Amino acid sequence: MLILHCPFCGPRDHSEFLYGGDARRTRPAPDDADGARWHDYVFLRDNPRGTHVEHWQHIHGCRAWLTVTRDTVTHEILAVTAARPAAAAGDGR
Amino acid sequence: MPPKSQMSEYSVLSLLREGLTGHTGWPRAWRDPAPKAEYDTVIIGGGGHGLATAYYLAKNHGITDVAVLEKGWLGGGNVGRNTTIVRSNYMIPGNTEFYEFSLKLWEGLSQDLNYNVMVSQRGQLNLVNGQAQLDAAARRGNVMRANGIDAELLTPAAVRRRVPFLDFSPAARFPIYGALYQPRAGTVRHDAVAWGFARGADRRGVDLIQNCEVTGFRIERGRVTGVETTRGTIGARRVGLAVAGSSGQVAALAGLRLPIESHVLQAFVTEPLKPLLDYVIGFGAAHFYISQSDKGGLVYGGDLDGYNSYAQRGNLPLIEEVASAAASLMPCVSRLRQVREWGGIMDMSMDGSPIIAATPVDGLYLNAGWCYGGFKATPASGWCFAHTIATGRPHELNARFALDRFRAGAHIDEKGAGPTPNAH
Ligand SMILES: Cc1cc2nc3c(=O)[nH]c(=O)nc-3n(C[C@H](O)[C@H](O)[C@H](O)COP(=O)(O)OP(=O)(O)OC[C@H]3O[C@@H](n4cnc5c(N)ncnc54)[C@H](O)[C@@H]3O)c2cc1C
Ligand SMILES: [Zn+2]
Repeated sequence: MLILHCPFCGPRDHSEFLYGGDARRTRPAPDDADGARWHDYVFLRDNPRGTHVEHWQHIHGCRAWLTVTRDTVTHEILAVTAARPAAAAGDGR
Repeated sequence: MPPKSQMSEYSVLSLLREGLTGHTGWPRAWRDPAPKAEYDTVIIGGGGHGLATAYYLAKNHGITDVAVLEKGWLGGGNVGRNTTIVRSNYMIPGNTEFYEFSLKLWEGLSQDLNYNVMVSQRGQLNLVNGQAQLDAAARRGNVMRANGIDAELLTPAAVRRRVPFLDFSPAARFPIYGALYQPRAGTVRHDAVAWGFARGADRRGVDLIQNCEVTGFRIERGRVTGVETTRGTIGARRVGLAVAGSSGQVAALAGLRLPIESHVLQAFVTEPLKPLLDYVIGFGAAHFYISQSDKGGLVYGGDLDGYNSYAQRGNLPLIEEVASAAASLMPCVSRLRQVREWGGIMDMSMDGSPIIAATPVDGLYLNAGWCYGGFKATPASGWCFAHTIATGRPHELNARFALDRFRAGAHIDEKGAGPTPNAH
């Protein structure tokens, strides 16, 4: 079991969370008409072996989206923060 | 290269002779050559797909100046880790014909390779657990039959005659509404597939180089001219990449970013039993499948663990989930001991379908995105990848498996899950 330290709920089993994938992709602006940028955003991945920054949602807890830094070889969790900066600052609850 | 005669042909006669002389006369099944400075074609990855590609390059195209470079040992990757199921019950154009061609190749493969890969067409029952699923199964079966593929929709009674030990009770958690049955589906001995293709390629002159990891590419003016490896630089006019779970990593060495994520998939085996399960069963309610190996163990698996991973081992929640699916489908398994579990790294593509195609680098070809279904594809994948490398153009069977199909909107999304690789 991976243990994710949710900043709101404390240490919880990863089975309480939904995996949201790579958090380092940047979504083009909604009115960006460039198909190539949308293609890269939606379909391409760095898929690193080692440190991966990824989203998890605490669906069986506070339901917040979190940003997790994890090693894809050892599965070690290196950091967990709230995905929304406002929530991280403590005024987003 | 040792003389051809030393590479003996396997036959009933040779088996008898060796049986009578203590099995001391078998020659090694393939050579262990040092890499040459240069080859016409280099294949990266000594899994099922890389070895099959080398075999068909030699056999179908007469291209024998070929090396297969494997970072570990032949067959140590997914080809030796899968649950050995082969079938051709696909519904989307592109997949349907390709997987059926593969099943036809399996049917003649032992003779073709002169190597018993133990093809067992025991039939697969894909169970249906609801009315909507029954309609979907009927439609899938019709698509298969319209393409000349065997498929039968079975009633619950017909399912029960074949596998009476499933939970048919009125209180069953997942009532059985029937099954889509493919009689020609079954299992193939996975290690034998790696070894058979390896021996077949070696006998046609291909060099199989183990303990040789590719660490970089030589690319001059947009064209590949060779690879850097832990055993030195090896020149090549053409390079084929077939490294399954490592696809993203190795492609990045050539400057490519792929529509692929790497995820771990586990498999499990119980203590051996007397013959119990004569079919392969796919369970529609949960993602779960099970068959019985020739040694007697029940071999089964389910979903991916669900997060990016390069660790060839899985996690406990999935073990629990798969075990509970097993017990709700086949209550009699609940008292069995599970003796082993292991994991393999899956190259999960963005639409669940593979890529067999040229890349933006001239002379570099890609075979990837097999998700957890690439074992059944092994012979057709090798056949089509060899054709693509040899002629520079895709075979009609892999024309849709292009790398740029996502850009073109031509996805082959059998499950309709969208670009969420952990859901395919
Ligand atoms: C648990 C599990 C169950 C499965 N069940 C089924 C099933 O029932 N039916 C089915 O059809 N499919 C199944 N699959 C999927 C199937 O096994 C794979 O899709 C298929 O084996 C992948 O192709 P391959 O055999 O060439 O891969 P591999 O055997 O993984 O070959 C890739 C090779 O590339 C080598 N390599 C990697 N990087 C480098 C490098 N830099 N230099 C040199 N070599 C390198 C690796 O060492 C490896 O040997 C399953 C997979 C798993 C893990
Ligand atoms: Zn929480």
